[in-house]
Amino acid sequence: MAQVTLDSIRKVYPNGFEAVQPSSFDIPDGEFVVLVGPSGCGKSTLLRMIAGLEDISEGALSIGDRVVNDVDPADRNIAMVFQNYALYPHMTVAKNMGYGLKNRGTSKVEIERKVAEAAEMLDLTHLLDRRPSQLSGGQRQRVAMGRAIVRNPDLFLFDEPLSNLDAKLRNQMRIEIRALQRRLGVTAIYVTHDQVEAMTMADRIIVLNGGVIEQIGTPTEIYENPASTFVAGFMGAPPMNLLKASVDGAGRAHVEGGLAVEVPAGATGDVLLGIRPEDLELADTGDLQIDVQIIEELGAIRLMHGQIAGQEISVAVPKDQPCSTGAVSLRLKTVPHVFDAATGRRL
Amino acid sequence: MTDTTFTTAPQATAPKRRIRWGRIADHAVLIAGSLFMLVPLLIVMQTTTVPDAEIIKHGPQLKIGNALPDNFNKAMFEASGFSGENTGVRMLLNSFILGIGFAVGKIALGMIAAYALVYFRLRFATAAFWLIFTTLLLPLEVRILPSYEVVQKLGMLNTYQGLIIPLVASATATFFFRQFFRSVPEELVEAARIDGAGPVRFFIDILVPLSRTMIAAMFIIMFVFGWNQYLWPTMITTDEGMYTLVRGIKQITQVLEGASLPEYGRSNLLALIAILPPVFIVIFFQSWFVKGLTESDK
Ligand SMILES: Nc1ncnc2c1ncn2[C@@H]1O[C@H](COP(=O)(O)OP(=O)(O)O)[C@@H](O)[C@H]1O
Ligand SMILES: [Mg+2]
Repeated sequence: MAQVTLDSIRKVYPNGFEAVQPSSFDIPDGEFVVLVGPSGCGKSTLLRMIAGLEDISEGALSIGDRVVNDVDPADRNIAMVFQNYALYPHMTVAKNMGYGLKNRGTSKVEIERKVAEAAEMLDLTHLLDRRPSQLSGGQRQRVAMGRAIVRNPDLFLFDEPLSNLDAKLRNQMRIEIRALQRRLGVTAIYVTHDQVEAMTMADRIIVLNGGVIEQIGTPTEIYENPASTFVAGFMGAPPMNLLKASVDGAGRAHVEGGLAVEVPAGATGDVLLGIRPEDLELADTGDLQIDVQIIEELGAIRLMHGQIAGQEISVAVPKDQPCSTGAVSLRLKTVPHVFDAATGRRL
Repeated sequence: MTDTTFTTAPQATAPKRRIRWGRIADHAVLIAGSLFMLVPLLIVMQTTTVPDAEIIKHGPQLKIGNALPDNFNKAMFEASGFSGENTGVRMLLNSFILGIGFAVGKIALGMIAAYALVYFRLRFATAAFWLIFTTLLLPLEVRILPSYEVVQKLGMLNTYQGLIIPLVASATATFFFRQFFRSVPEELVEAARIDGAGPVRFFIDILVPLSRTMIAAMFIIMFVFGWNQYLWPTMITTDEGMYTLVRGIKQITQVLEGASLPEYGRSNLLALIAILPPVFIVIFFQSWFVKGLTESDK
């Protein structure tokens, strides 16, 4: 078990592409950190640098109190779970799990004991003699997990481990991975492009966009106080509404079509108002009027999609309230988030 | 599967069967083809069962004689040359050594070369690969004189090393293994790295077992190829004890051309024996062979 420290880590690929701009963060011992961002934003690159599978172009990486920039992946005492499981096809489940130990010169008896223990934990005992090709996707994922835990690593690395599973299994494995990590108390870095996974699993989330860290925070912090329009739009489903507005001399932002709110001091000119769909409610004498075109049925809620003076807006309505297309009056439940229109940063 | 309807079934129960000329034509072609392939073989077989004198008098016949045990004895255990070393058994052994050494050598070298090309950051890997690939344009026959000279200077004439080593460099095997290795998922390599497998371990523990169908397919092709080598063994082996079957059979008929009776029975029987190992290998490894060339179990 160990804390992980990234000090201005940067990655430039040999073709000159800067996949990760200098990034720094600390992960305390035992924390479950989720790296989240859209596809191609550099999550895997960052994770693979921590694993040692990719050279670090600049900066210092420490695991525990040791700088490991030049340490071989095998000697970093990490374990990694890959999206496509990366199990050895010709080895049985037991052999797959024990291979890392065998290479470390662990005795046969000891390997057997550890594999049995991990298999017990993951409910794999009856599958130990099978080959990966004889397992379902979920079982393969479990074996990959087993391979990670038998080694007793300081750090777990996960690269989109649930992306190849169906939705139901994904929900189940999400909980299982989280429970396992808690139980073992091993520091974990988990990469995903799925904001739901990030929100539900993380102690802390790191939002990455275009090789830049946009925000680091607990799921609640990220949800309640997104640092930028990117985070605001990426985290949370359905996504936050972002309405163009302009600030007048009295410190009020006006959205064309009739919404005016107080904004923090320092906000001038053009701003974007961030309003989550669930922070709006139907009201007879509302703050704003919208024209609803489509109603989406989502079970627990209905999602109304409409427009206010040409800007898209969506509203979540609890299922027990009636809703209809056409002109609808809405009230704000909370103070909107205010972002600079030019930089996208929170004001 | 899409739903297969057996349209022939109801027709088969119909009272009157139509004659299908298409079918008959198909069968005629197939039968003609098989006869074309089989008859020469059957003639060879027939000649091994009758005494040589009869073949010379009557040519190939339909009758099966009783000289087979005699011919077999001569073919396998009697030497045809001066030194008394080139018995059938000896030549069979030499052929096996050549075939297996040739196949194993080519596979080992091809795999190692492909491993280096695919998995290591070599400076001129692509150039090296194409260089190896172009040697396909330079088969043994083209470079046979220089090759002979090298072997001779190294004092390897009439040795197994001299017979095998100059033939094992193989662009074909390198090419096939390179393509195969490139299809092995990158994550597998990375998982193995994290699991602490160094380059040698990774090769032995992971790459070789993954390639086993590929190796089997290569082995068949290369074994048959090596077994059937004629020109190279003819040049390298002048010692009768080193003769391979394919080369030795020729010797038998050649030696006896001027002398009394050509021993057709004996040489034809040896020819038949020479056919058998490749045939058995292909039959036994057929399923592996197809697997290796078409699918990769990942
Ligand atoms: N070997 C490479 N050479 C050059 N560019 C790369 C290489 N690997 C990845 N990239 C680029 O780096 C960016 C980040 O990739 P990656 O970390 O895999 O993204 P993701 O967040 O989807 O995991 C992508 O734009 C990708 O095209
Ligand atoms: Mg990725």
